[in-house]
Amino acid sequence: MTDIRDTIRFLLNDRLVELADVSSVQTLLDFLRIDRNLRGAKEGCAEGDCGACTVLVGRLLDGRLKYESVNACIRFVASLDGCHVVTVEALAQPNGPLHPVQQAMVDTHASQCGFCTPGFVMSLYGLWMENPKPSVHEIEKALQGNLCRCTGYAAIIRAAEAISSIGEVGNDPLVSERGKIARELAALRDGRRVEIGDEGERVVLPASLDDFAEVLEANPKATIVAGSTDVGLWVTKFMRDIAPVVHLSHLDELRRIFLDPGGITLGAGVSYTEAYTETVRHFPQLSELWDRIGGAQVRNMGTVGGNIANGSPIGDTPPALIALGATVTLRKGRSRRTLPLEAFFIDYGKQDRQPGEFVESIRVPFPGKQDRFAVYKISKRFDEDISSVCGAFRVTIGGDGRVADSVIAFGGMAGTPKRAATVEAALKGAAWSDTAIETAISAFERDFRPLTDWRASADYRMLVAKNLLRRFYLETQGASNVRIDRGVAVAVQEA
Amino acid sequence: MNVMQPIDHIRGGVHERERHESGHKHVTGTAEYIDDIPEPAGTLHGYLGLSERAHAEILSIDFGAVSASPGVVGILTADDIPGENDVSPAHKHDDPVFATGKVEFHGQPIFAVIATTRDAARRAAAKAKVEYRDLPHVTDVLEAEAANYPLVVDPLKLERGDIEAGFTKAKHVVEGEMRIGGQDHFYLEGHISFALPGEDDEVTVFASTQHPSETQHMVAQVLGVASNAVTVNVRRMGGAFGGKETQANLFAAVAALAARKYRRAVKLRPDRDDDMIATGKRHDFHVGYKIGFDDDGRIEAVDAVFAARCGFSADLSGPVTDRALFHADNCYFYPNARLRSRPLKTNTVSNTAFRGFGGPQGMVGGERMIEDIAYALGKDPLDIRKLNFYGGEGRNLTPYHQTVEDNIIGRIIEELEASSDYAARRQAVLAFNRGSQVIKRGIALTPVKFGISFTKTEYNQAGALVHVYTDGSIQLNHGGTEMGQGLYTKVAQVVADEFQVDIDRIKVTATSTGKVPNTSATAASSGSDLNGMAAANAAQQIKGRLIQFAAERYGVSEADVAFEPNTVRIGAERLPFAELIKSAYAVRIQLSAAGFYKTPKIHWDRAEGRGRPFYYYAYGASCSEVSVDTLTGEYRVERTDIIHDVGRSLNPALDLGQVEGAFIQGMGWLTTEELWWDAKGRLRTHAPSTYKIPLASDRPRVFNVRLADWSVNREETIRRSKAVGEPPFMLGISVLEAISMAAASVAGYRIPPRIDAPATPERVLMAIERMRAAASRADGDK
Repeated sequence: MTDIRDTIRFLLNDRLVELADVSSVQTLLDFLRIDRNLRGAKEGCAEGDCGACTVLVGRLLDGRLKYESVNACIRFVASLDGCHVVTVEALAQPNGPLHPVQQAMVDTHASQCGFCTPGFVMSLYGLWMENPKPSVHEIEKALQGNLCRCTGYAAIIRAAEAISSIGEVGNDPLVSERGKIARELAALRDGRRVEIGDEGERVVLPASLDDFAEVLEANPKATIVAGSTDVGLWVTKFMRDIAPVVHLSHLDELRRIFLDPGGITLGAGVSYTEAYTETVRHFPQLSELWDRIGGAQVRNMGTVGGNIANGSPIGDTPPALIALGATVTLRKGRSRRTLPLEAFFIDYGKQDRQPGEFVESIRVPFPGKQDRFAVYKISKRFDEDISSVCGAFRVTIGGDGRVADSVIAFGGMAGTPKRAATVEAALKGAAWSDTAIETAISAFERDFRPLTDWRASADYRMLVAKNLLRRFYLETQGASNVRIDRGVAVAVQEA
Repeated sequence: MNVMQPIDHIRGGVHERERHESGHKHVTGTAEYIDDIPEPAGTLHGYLGLSERAHAEILSIDFGAVSASPGVVGILTADDIPGENDVSPAHKHDDPVFATGKVEFHGQPIFAVIATTRDAARRAAAKAKVEYRDLPHVTDVLEAEAANYPLVVDPLKLERGDIEAGFTKAKHVVEGEMRIGGQDHFYLEGHISFALPGEDDEVTVFASTQHPSETQHMVAQVLGVASNAVTVNVRRMGGAFGGKETQANLFAAVAALAARKYRRAVKLRPDRDDDMIATGKRHDFHVGYKIGFDDDGRIEAVDAVFAARCGFSADLSGPVTDRALFHADNCYFYPNARLRSRPLKTNTVSNTAFRGFGGPQGMVGGERMIEDIAYALGKDPLDIRKLNFYGGEGRNLTPYHQTVEDNIIGRIIEELEASSDYAARRQAVLAFNRGSQVIKRGIALTPVKFGISFTKTEYNQAGALVHVYTDGSIQLNHGGTEMGQGLYTKVAQVVADEFQVDIDRIKVTATSTGKVPNTSATAASSGSDLNGMAAANAAQQIKGRLIQFAAERYGVSEADVAFEPNTVRIGAERLPFAELIKSAYAVRIQLSAAGFYKTPKIHWDRAEGRGRPFYYYAYGASCSEVSVDTLTGEYRVERTDIIHDVGRSLNPALDLGQVEGAFIQGMGWLTTEELWWDAKGRLRTHAPSTYKIPLASDRPRVFNVRLADWSVNREETIRRSKAVGEPPFMLGISVLEAISMAAASVAGYRIPPRIDAPATPERVLMAIERMRAAASRADGDK
């Protein structure tokens, strides 16, 4: 008999919250604003794009407590079991001195209408704790998920640069008290499965990976929620009922990264942020792509496993992972199967995942020495946007200068992430030259018939797909000025 | 009477870099927006049911599932409206609260569900079954012209000189056209209204509105009660940008309607997607133009038609399209001009005010003509600009017959050319482009001249209310609304300066129709010009009484009474401000005053297209350099330099923030912010996931912004300052033109790229493809 707890427990600022009655669709933002009357966090979009609702969530992984910015609007309350939620209300006491982050924002005139401001404060707070003296580039990266319509951001960047001249990180309670808070959170993690709600409203947090497999076999139609950056919108935008829900919050096993001599294996619950260091170490070409997935809040919540499992034709990671020859391991009960990632995507909205089955891990092999690899994401806005086209290229050039093998995969060009099989075939055996490229390019028309939508027209998608192969070729030839240098911002003037 | 040590100056007087009065509340999350107000017990929540068709007859509505939905208290339709089912700000009766009989755009409100929670109301609203019979619909301006769709208001024509003679004389004549996209305001706080029923027919509405008086009048009209029964309050908005000038009225009216009907507090807040679908935006324009010029590029004649997608109703489209024409000349003298507007009806949401109010579209059109001249003649567009600036004998009359009297664009451009190192950098860009195959660069320096005043003269008035309490504290209220621009701060600075007291002594209270009546919208950049003057007037009235009192009490002449920092000097002695107030109260001096202001000199005859619609002009210029990827159309702004004129700034810190923010917003409008309707007439870019406003990382990599600190308004505005809200928005045009230059580089800068706005990576790449094709055709012809 499984040991079951029927409440959700987490720390909210300086208080323990224990809830027996949590709806499957209850968001953290509504909980804060409506149930707790904590109205510092605002609703700007209810889809995790504007950041006005940003709060910090501290969670343990293998005993280490880390605070990360998240979008409260698409975060489910039930997923917070064992976490520490920190809202803007915790930063300064009424009539007390402002927190250094807040003081910096006031001093630099960084708020105008003020509606986005609590979200910016929380994002900058999270950054400052990890990186007290960030570069402009690091600040911009931390603020990719925060929209401001008034200031033009210049004053906010000035504020971010000024924080450390106002206060010491070491004096911040979340830093100085971290050990104590970690112990409190550890005590909340009692290793039990959490089950709340009755039939039709059931929410389950399995205690372990095996428990998860068991729960899912018993509830094969359950909605699996990892980061909720997608499922959150099913609720906030489409008002879908998602129960029964299985949250992966307690599955530390799914948050592990394994290295073997031939590749890297990401547990399906590894967030983009958690995956960043190891992924970029082994695949430096993924660094820009990774930095452009959502905003920081989305990368802190969202998982590679979720990006794959939900099968979006415009997901950020699949084209690159397909080009790298990634495989996905699915599990049902005790049985596992592994298939090439590209085979997982059957059709628009249809993946090769059976009821009761879940994505357990993704293995990405290291490219060979002769392999050239690159991935390019093209979007209307550079950061925090969805691809109009995303192209990934891995080409193996033999000693004879000919293409021994190639994998070319695109997002945004079909109903699923899809390989350009005809282009690959056209390249095979050809000398790696602009002649070969120009010949192969016409084959794109046979591989893809992209759609026109609000992100891009079919013509643009097709043209860009071709041009990305040209870009890839130029880069393999060491050409300079082939891409806009997105390096560090030079300067922000003093005001 | 004490002898006090005088201090140099007060804290927070005019021209100081005073921080935003709510800054400390913004950062702590304690600044209260309407959704943050604690709800009284029993508060109900409304949600609008929107049309799912662009143009259709409503055959029937089945509310069965709605009523049966959990938490539903009731449903409101047009039948529940005791007054008029109309919130047309133009009083054209074309803006129903709830559609009846037919719907005219996808997203038009048809009904509202009232329930115990917002979630319950929203879920229930989705359950209505509306049966439609589709009618043909038109979403695009040119399609509307082709389909003979009506105009929503009478068009405007501005005409001066002899257009035919001008074209005959001109050695070169170029014709062209341009599409300019609209823009969603994307205020971070969406629309919201919260209504509380009162006694008798009274209702109080907390509305996120830039125009509390109009909201009050519209609520009264819908409820069928007198205006005196309705009080509208707004402490602050979470951004507005014009999007809450008229668009708040419907939300306020529905909340008030429900509050009256159910005798409970009612809050109405749409989801972001519904806000974007159901409320108006910046007008999209199509500009068709013909321009004549000589070999040097000097303009001889301009003939242009500005057609606007107005949406299904008039709203503010008349004055918006008028202002487009008023700004089609930007800084340039047109010897012969004919400018016409076409405010076209379409089956889209009714477009409305947005920062610049049509001016930006007019100016983009005017600047496109300058570009065309430059590319036709193979010259630097800046040379063409300078050649055509207003100035010199007989070259100061606008197409609307107002004489430009305060022209400072020459000095601004000269300073910006120097500080941005324009000439050398343009040469460097040209050299870079010769050596770079894929990445191309572009640089552009563009000017701005923007007319200040509401073109409807009667709106140029304002009121304020100042109370001095017996402890010497001051409460300030005025008709302007705070949407982040810092109006409350600036007006408080004015009052602090008048009384010569520290700004901490002054509390600004929420804008309320109960305190200052018959106000104008906080719009047209007029906030501090109008309300600053009205507040100064109120303070001066009180001061006048205090001076008279002090002179009599201490037996000095009135000229010997002066307000000095935190004290009043009476003859040779000084008295603390609060002490003077206390003694004035004791002898029954009135310590409260209502101030008033109306802008002088302005007049406008629309039928004749003549007058002086603007009290003065604000000027500015920006220089932007971009990199463009010719394989993908992606781009990045490498550097922008700005000099902007705010006259003698009331608050340089706030003004700098306005300039920086407006530039980025203008850049967004012209680059990544794209409104996209599908074949069914549905707006598909209706949330931040699909509608892309600039991020921090979209800022120019180098961003140098400076106020023209030497500028002083030659007109007698409040402390000789100038309006700042809208003018800097158009500084963003330099980015579009710099992208244009980069695209032109692939065809030797001799063919105008004519990139439509917004210049998304797609439009940029497609323009580059066109340029390449045109260049190779030209080569083939040789």
